[in-house]
Amino acid sequence: MHIDWIMGLAGGVLIGVAGAIFLLANGRIMGASGLLGGLVDGTGQHDWAERAAFIAGLVVTPAIIAFAMGGAQTHLTGNIAVILIAGILVGIGTRLANGCTSGHGVCGISRLSLRGIVATVFYIGAGGLTVIIFKHLLGII
Amino acid sequence: MRGLIAFVAGAVFGAGLLVSGMTDTTKVQGWLDIFGDWNPTLAFVMGGAIIPMAIAWRFTIGRKPVLGGSFPPQSDAKPGRNLVIGSTLFGAGWGLAGLCPGPAMASLGFGGSGAILFLVAMMAGMAAAPTLRSRLDAQSAAV
Repeated sequence: MHIDWIMGLAGGVLIGVAGAIFLLANGRIMGASGLLGGLVDGTGQHDWAERAAFIAGLVVTPAIIAFAMGGAQTHLTGNIAVILIAGILVGIGTRLANGCTSGHGVCGISRLSLRGIVATVFYIGAGGLTVIIFKHLLGII
Repeated sequence: MRGLIAFVAGAVFGAGLLVSGMTDTTKVQGWLDIFGDWNPTLAFVMGGAIIPMAIAWRFTIGRKPVLGGSFPPQSDAKPGRNLVIGSTLFGAGWGLAGLCPGPAMASLGFGGSGAILFLVAMMAGMAAAPTLRSRLDAQSAAV
């Protein structure tokens, strides 16, 4: 089996275990966009410390692992316009849909939530279409 | 204690995102590139993550969270227009840059200025979302 797939599976299990810990201990759904978005728009003021602690762990741990491994590849495009537009779309879209890959994809599908399944179909479909248009037709990304 | 568990969950999540390759935009765009050089890694990430979560959801039946409170109820809301429009916009941004919100935060420490720029733009989008939501809701109420 391809090494990428094994690492993907191992990392995926860690993601699921993280979501299980957050759910079973704190009673919270692990949704990255919701946890950050609530701090940005002020709807998460009442539990800001819990949100901030989660985000601190999320930012610090990969930084330490990457540093210990001598760096990690991101391959993020250097096109500033693409980065800005993509970021704004991800920010608006995830808040409008009330979830992203972690909230709808991991926590929603595992619960057989219809909203989670529908959201996942639409963001993967839109992502696939975007790659076709902007990579293969326009050659921008 | 809630903060400590939240930190641990965030740490394990971040480690998982890095190990799985979700912070590598070529792997994400490779998964979305159905008609190009398709990379199925993301399916393994999703599958690996959904299994422990499905077990956790079964565990919530008839129980309370360890640190008190109650488990989040399943939403009664049907998939509506905001869910579809929001997910489509999110997917377009995800395809363009190859980053979704979790990996955007996870790559902050090693992603250079591009990762910072993406996060700032994403937070600006998050701040603007309530305005767009109320406009869409007002429009659907008028129809």
